[in-house]
Amino acid sequence: MKKTMTRRTFLKGSLAASGLTIVAYVTPLGTKIVSASGEASAAEGLKPSAFFQITPDNVVKVMVPNSEMGQGVRTALPMIIADELEADWDQLEIIQAPAADEFKNPILNNQLTVASASVRGFYVPMRKAGAAGRAVLIEAAAKEWNVPASQCKAEKGTVVNLKTGKKLTYGQLSIKAAKLAVPQDPTLKKESEFIYMGKAMPRVDIPEKVNGKAVFGFDVDLPDLHYAVLARPPAYGAKHLSFKADAAMAVKGVIKVVPTPRGIAVVAKTLDAAMKGREALDTQWDKGTHPQMDTASIEQSFIKDLEKPGANVITRGDVQKALGEAKKTYEATYYIPCVSHATMEPQTATADVRADRCDVYVPTQGQTLNHMVATKVSGLPPEKVHIHTTFLGCGLGRRPRPDQAIEAIIASKASGKPVKVIYTREEDIQTDFFRSAMAHRIKAGLDSGNQLVAWDHKVSSSSISRMNAGKEPKDGIDWYCLWGLWDAEKGPNKARMTYAFPNFSINLVLSDLPIPVAPWRSVQNAVNAFATESFIDEMAHLAGKDPLDFRLENLKHDMRATRVLENLASNSNWGKPLPKGWGRGIAQHRSFGTTIAEVVEVSVDAKSGAIQVHRVDVSVDCGPVVNPDPLEAQIQGAVTMGVSTTLFEEVQFANGGVASANFDDYRLIRMSEAPEVHVHVVKNNKVEDIGGIGEPGLMPLSAAVANAVFSVTGARVRRLPLTPERVMAAMKKA
Amino acid sequence: MISLTVNGKNYKVDVPKDISLLWVLRDYLKLPGTKFSCGIGECGSCTVLINGEAQRSCVIDAADVDGAEIVTIEGLPENHPVKRAWIQEQVVQCGYCQPGVMLQVAGLLSATKNPNAQDIIDSMDDLICRCGTYQRVKKGIETAIEIMRKEGTVS
Repeated sequence: MKKTMTRRTFLKGSLAASGLTIVAYVTPLGTKIVSASGEASAAEGLKPSAFFQITPDNVVKVMVPNSEMGQGVRTALPMIIADELEADWDQLEIIQAPAADEFKNPILNNQLTVASASVRGFYVPMRKAGAAGRAVLIEAAAKEWNVPASQCKAEKGTVVNLKTGKKLTYGQLSIKAAKLAVPQDPTLKKESEFIYMGKAMPRVDIPEKVNGKAVFGFDVDLPDLHYAVLARPPAYGAKHLSFKADAAMAVKGVIKVVPTPRGIAVVAKTLDAAMKGREALDTQWDKGTHPQMDTASIEQSFIKDLEKPGANVITRGDVQKALGEAKKTYEATYYIPCVSHATMEPQTATADVRADRCDVYVPTQGQTLNHMVATKVSGLPPEKVHIHTTFLGCGLGRRPRPDQAIEAIIASKASGKPVKVIYTREEDIQTDFFRSAMAHRIKAGLDSGNQLVAWDHKVSSSSISRMNAGKEPKDGIDWYCLWGLWDAEKGPNKARMTYAFPNFSINLVLSDLPIPVAPWRSVQNAVNAFATESFIDEMAHLAGKDPLDFRLENLKHDMRATRVLENLASNSNWGKPLPKGWGRGIAQHRSFGTTIAEVVEVSVDAKSGAIQVHRVDVSVDCGPVVNPDPLEAQIQGAVTMGVSTTLFEEVQFANGGVASANFDDYRLIRMSEAPEVHVHVVKNNKVEDIGGIGEPGLMPLSAAVANAVFSVTGARVRRLPLTPERVMAAMKKA
Repeated sequence: MISLTVNGKNYKVDVPKDISLLWVLRDYLKLPGTKFSCGIGECGSCTVLINGEAQRSCVIDAADVDGAEIVTIEGLPENHPVKRAWIQEQVVQCGYCQPGVMLQVAGLLSATKNPNAQDIIDSMDDLICRCGTYQRVKKGIETAIEIMRKEGTVS
């Protein structure tokens, strides 16, 4: 009931202005398109997913459900609609959608910008909605002129009468068009007819980001805005023993001290006063639940977990028998530590809770969750709760969480003021829900023909479902941990390993450590790919085969993976000579509907073990490409971030809490360490092959670097990050 | 009470003694283009020009720049070669660090008329961009230099 209310409220608001409103409902049977004037009866019980409105003053209002965090979604989704609609780019008004059921991503059933799912979720419904709009506008013009529709053509926001050359604008036609029945299966444009898609459209958010006017979460300003900072527990599970509320209240400007689930909030007129108030609180904490836990004990714990049986995720054939019969067998163990999101904009949210409404301004990736939680915490009915999505200073999976909003709402409710909660960098890192640490142990066998016939894979990981969503995974199988290895039968993320070994099994052990974890750009894909693609390389060497040939041989059954690798082979320098001290590595991966492979060129300093990544060639098939320039930018960025996690990043823990605190001890990549990136796109216009592009660039990178390091040094490093010390140690062993 | 000249405008503000320039710009002068990220001068998101030199506003006490001329992203002219180059090369991703990055480049280009690759790296390695726009930042710098050369601002 409540959901219906939210939906109706929004659609009613949009209908207040007359004109043509097209709504697309994604149902299990396909996309259903209706004009919103007939919406109420036609679509009862269905959730519309994408729409736009043409007003009589000739404006095309496009709602963008997703959060803009640099990936270009605020440009890409309007391009899809405007192209099929044949709208003039200049007549678009692009609007950040509020939190409402209409804006849920059909493949996630959630208004959530994650899993590289925006374009792959909205591509088909938005194309169909745009095409349906174009069809009714043409029909309206044909009726107006009393000519057959075949005599009319849509052209950049107008319909042209091909015989007379007369034109009517979409605005002029909008009211008439709204009364017509909408075709359910409109003819989509051919690629040759595209006016925006596939062409490099400048991103609409860039000018305001260049002139400094873009509003991020930190930049929200309201009349009488107050600030809050929180005293936060220094260790997992730590409870406060005491805090001096009076001393904090005595600081000039402090108006309220209020406990929240994640710490004690000090609310003040200025940030400076809030900070000084927090200091005056002098909060004392107990030692938490795991006071002995530190970086080394965590690593030992994950490795030890590999001895447990775990939950069987998939078994094909008889792995043990095949291993027993194999000519050669080989086993290796990998460990990947926690990394932090470290978004450039630390966490923040602003809430203004009144008696009759609650406004939350937040740089969030998760509108549905924030709306749900804000409704609960504010105690107001859902239709009185408004989530305003600002720009995000990086998303990376850190920002679907509602903690920031919860803290701001509690502080605003308690103080009666609009309150902005601010995290310092130290708080941001130390309260992070990290990319989970993981250990992998893989055992595989080659037959007498050097064919890989058995693959036995054990993984230990924290449970993302448990730690991030409080949901115990069913039967111990947490798909978030497994993407890139295996995925649910009908999972929307298409993240199963591309190889198809005849005897194959994966078991997952979930860690009981208290470390909070959440999705982190790629979720665990990049981590799983590091282990898998490093191991494939090790098997290639065991089989005495070229790593590219070995992959091609094992991926014969997979046309997309084969094409991606062949495209990489012809566009990179694979197999060509390199300077002394340089090496090349290769890796491939599939997830989020996209197949990607990378060749990395590195040099390794023989004296120090320091790695420099010089060049990365990327071959990618993500299906149809909407905006090619941001595609390149996303891959450049993902590769650069991949180098950062491969060479530098590791969260340090001590005394049962997080020891890393800021960029002086949590090392991120800098310009001199960023490689050249060359992107080679495999052309694929099959609509059903639409894939995501925000994350896949990261997936094969770590393995490709480790494989390149092996090729030049003969040293195999199975533990990230690949620090000079680890490389030197491995070189001594090699 | 301190006086600051920011983007050519004079301000007299009453601020706490130990407050950094960053928070004075953001919260007192309402110029939020300058960003907070690390607070320890490591990442450069808070970079502004102080008397023409790119500096980290998060670790400079406002009181110490009493009387100085400050330029923030809001005050860098719209037709500045760096702003134009940034749009032309579509440098920006999330954009949070970019005001600082652009001012670092503006400072570099006013101090070093024709920086070589090493000058650029030396200057830019003091900054962090989590989105990984470094390749395009490099391209943006080249384009800004090209614009300045064409328009006669660099000999």
